[in-house]
Amino acid sequence: MGYDLKMRVWRGDENGGDLVDFTVPVEEGEVVLDAIHRLQATQAGDLAVRWNCKAGKCGSCSAEINGRPRLMCMTRLSIFDPGDTITVTPMRTFPVIRDLVTDVSFNFEKAKQVPAFTPPEGLQPGEYRMAQVDVERSQEFRKCIECFMCQDVCHVIRDHEENKPAFAGPRFFIRYAELDMHPLDTVDRKEMLREEQGLGFCNITKCCTEVCPEHIKITDNAIIPMKERVVDVKFDPWTKFTRRRKSPEQSRTPAKGRLSTPDE
Amino acid sequence: MSEIEKHSYDVVVIGAGGAGLRAAIGAHEAGAKTAVVCKSLLGKAHTVMAEGGIAASMGNVWPEDNWQVHFRDTMRGGKMLNNWRMAQLHAQQAPDRVWELESWGALFDRTKEGKISQRDFGGHRYARLAHVGDRTGLEMIRTLQQRAVSLGIDVFMECTITELLKDDSAGRISGAFGYWRESGRFIAFEAPAVILATGGIGKSFKVTSNSWEYTGDGHALAMEAGAPLINMEFVQFHPTGMVWPPSVRGILVTESVRGDGGVLRNSEGKRFMFNYISDYFKAETADTEEEADRWYEDHVNNRRPPELLPRDEVARAINAEVKAGRGTPHGGVYLDIASRRSPEFIQKRLPSMYHQFKELADVDITKEAMEIGPTCHYVMGGVEVDADTQMSKVPGLYAVGEVSGGMHGANRLGGNSLGDLLVFGKLAGEHAATYVTGLPARPAVAEADVDAAGKAALAPFEREGGENPYTVQHDLQETMHNLVGIIRNADEITDALAKIEEFKDRVATLSVEGHRQYNPGWHLSIDLKNMLLVSEAIARAALDRKESRGGHTRDDYPASDPSWGEINVLCRLADGKAGVEVFHQPLPVMPDELKTLFDDGSH
Repeated sequence: MGYDLKMRVWRGDENGGDLVDFTVPVEEGEVVLDAIHRLQATQAGDLAVRWNCKAGKCGSCSAEINGRPRLMCMTRLSIFDPGDTITVTPMRTFPVIRDLVTDVSFNFEKAKQVPAFTPPEGLQPGEYRMAQVDVERSQEFRKCIECFMCQDVCHVIRDHEENKPAFAGPRFFIRYAELDMHPLDTVDRKEMLREEQGLGFCNITKCCTEVCPEHIKITDNAIIPMKERVVDVKFDPWTKFTRRRKSPEQSRTPAKGRLSTPDE
Repeated sequence: MSEIEKHSYDVVVIGAGGAGLRAAIGAHEAGAKTAVVCKSLLGKAHTVMAEGGIAASMGNVWPEDNWQVHFRDTMRGGKMLNNWRMAQLHAQQAPDRVWELESWGALFDRTKEGKISQRDFGGHRYARLAHVGDRTGLEMIRTLQQRAVSLGIDVFMECTITELLKDDSAGRISGAFGYWRESGRFIAFEAPAVILATGGIGKSFKVTSNSWEYTGDGHALAMEAGAPLINMEFVQFHPTGMVWPPSVRGILVTESVRGDGGVLRNSEGKRFMFNYISDYFKAETADTEEEADRWYEDHVNNRRPPELLPRDEVARAINAEVKAGRGTPHGGVYLDIASRRSPEFIQKRLPSMYHQFKELADVDITKEAMEIGPTCHYVMGGVEVDADTQMSKVPGLYAVGEVSGGMHGANRLGGNSLGDLLVFGKLAGEHAATYVTGLPARPAVAEADVDAAGKAALAPFEREGGENPYTVQHDLQETMHNLVGIIRNADEITDALAKIEEFKDRVATLSVEGHRQYNPGWHLSIDLKNMLLVSEAIARAALDRKESRGGHTRDDYPASDPSWGEINVLCRLADGKAGVEVFHQPLPVMPDELKTLFDDGSH
């Protein structure tokens, strides 16, 4: 049930490049990354591509397939017609290094700017008590495999290099949301999120949510709630005095890491 | 080549999985100037694929649990060939390492009391694995990555180390040499301590759960530097890898499926594991389906289901069922949780398995059984290290995690890898920092060694018209899978060793196309040398051990032999670096107070 797949793969580097036509035999059940690997092994030994787990867990093999950001390892050939030509190009938002490999260092720079998780003073390891229901919101965001496709598709930085310094992007909005919703975190990052990380640039078109391979509801569960929380901080005069620390209601942090129950 | 990029650190960690990151954090917090060098982007290391959890006797679910029980389970799972001191340290310190992750922001699943939840796994007497659904490795690597970044530890991403450097006089480590994958440019580190945290060797086998990075780099670097490897004959075939479609063959299906109630059935629908309970585990394994099913609710009054025997036992049983003609259409057996747990339970506990089968195999695991079979998953063998410091036989060279050997003996229990990375990562990092502080002078890097390393790395470009590296890799994988796989014998291993000699010649003459910038063909040509050296070590050790034990099964020596139970097989480079030679060492002797834990005669 194999057939000859027609592919167009972008090949080049920072100085430019072109789509190159290939025909490669493929088998039933294969994914785009299998076809790319077969190209490497038989026709283009130096074709540059990132990959690791080949099981949708590491987020390395992000590319644009027929213009849509996808993990190559999770894109089955069966979603295309055998007569289709599949076009594979590198993620457009990041500078090309070579072929399908891009320079994603933007994301690692943004990661460095996130103030770390900070537990309550005096709470010892082993004393943490959190209810499952209270950790689940942050757990959703910690499913992120850092494929950076949400960053790739985000129109604030796609084709707008000038916005990058002031915009962390959806991947990091969920990171800030994760920390803000962590039952035991004590640092308030909301003002930073508004003033330095560009949350306001987002006009909730949900493109990021649509491409997330982990099906994280980036817009509804992270960006919109954070926009609301940021507004609360900005316009509530009382929080001006306390904004560097979360208020107890905001962080739902009991003094000694006890379970937070609805009664407390 | 004096113009190459140079850096100076106290401690250089090679590898950025759980072990490497924890070691780097340990070294940094002990005051050492520390760098991490890794082949992939930060956060993509193989740890990210760990699914089930971290074994640690916190006693959150079963208060009866403690380090002694965990130690005993680990030793018995390893068929008593483990380095007892490593198994002890691991069992004692794993709980603190898990709690520490929580204090760095990890969010584990919770018990009703709000503590870290713990799940059942093969070979563990109590539910012991701290977990986050079935994506525990992701949680662990993200937590460590975020911690390392917040501490400001330098990370050299997509940078491959090809050689370790030593000073001429004392034979101490003096640094490491490598190349940037992105540009192909060379880089040299001057560092008195190097910690190997490079993971495993699975890419030498055809069917594997391992990623491209698992080419045995650290194993080979250590041998080249003069540090012996221990227990290399023990390779773990995880019982449950996907078998269909061919594209996904080998991808891991977590043991949590069985820990959470899933069972194995053959093509006749029979729970065949009841026919494969060895005498060794008879006393603690249920012999009826009724008792096995009761166990999930009551561990104290029932014995564990045979599906949760250690991995070596289950993998051999699956292999035997398929050989007997009771396999599935695609050569596996059925793993069934659909008929035993509700769809809601399955989706909650095993979200990424649900996702993986749905998207890659068109199988809804809440409605139908999975087809699975053994897949090369882990190497128990690795660099021989001192149990308390993780230093190898080469001064300044450390090894931690999968690249080190001894901790898991002849077979590793599920959940003991993630704990291993954390416990020994911390110890290695701290001891490496101490070692550097105690040195009278920093060992010197010899310029000539750096030049020679550069020349060696570029050799594949110098040759024209040679074979392409992908073909040699493919043939090596076929050979190891067919001849040194899950069931072995002397003839086949000897055959494999002859083939490996041929592969060495082919690697020496292969050529690569293109230029040095991000060139996977060139990268593979360098990795291949490591894969060959490690494959030879596995084959030589496997030929030497004339018995069956744990992850080493010989059909010409099917029984365990007590005299081999006293011996470790080690591998080193022969004089002149012509090949691998094996030698024997007696097993370290367990102190009497630990021996009493096995007083029921269970070993």
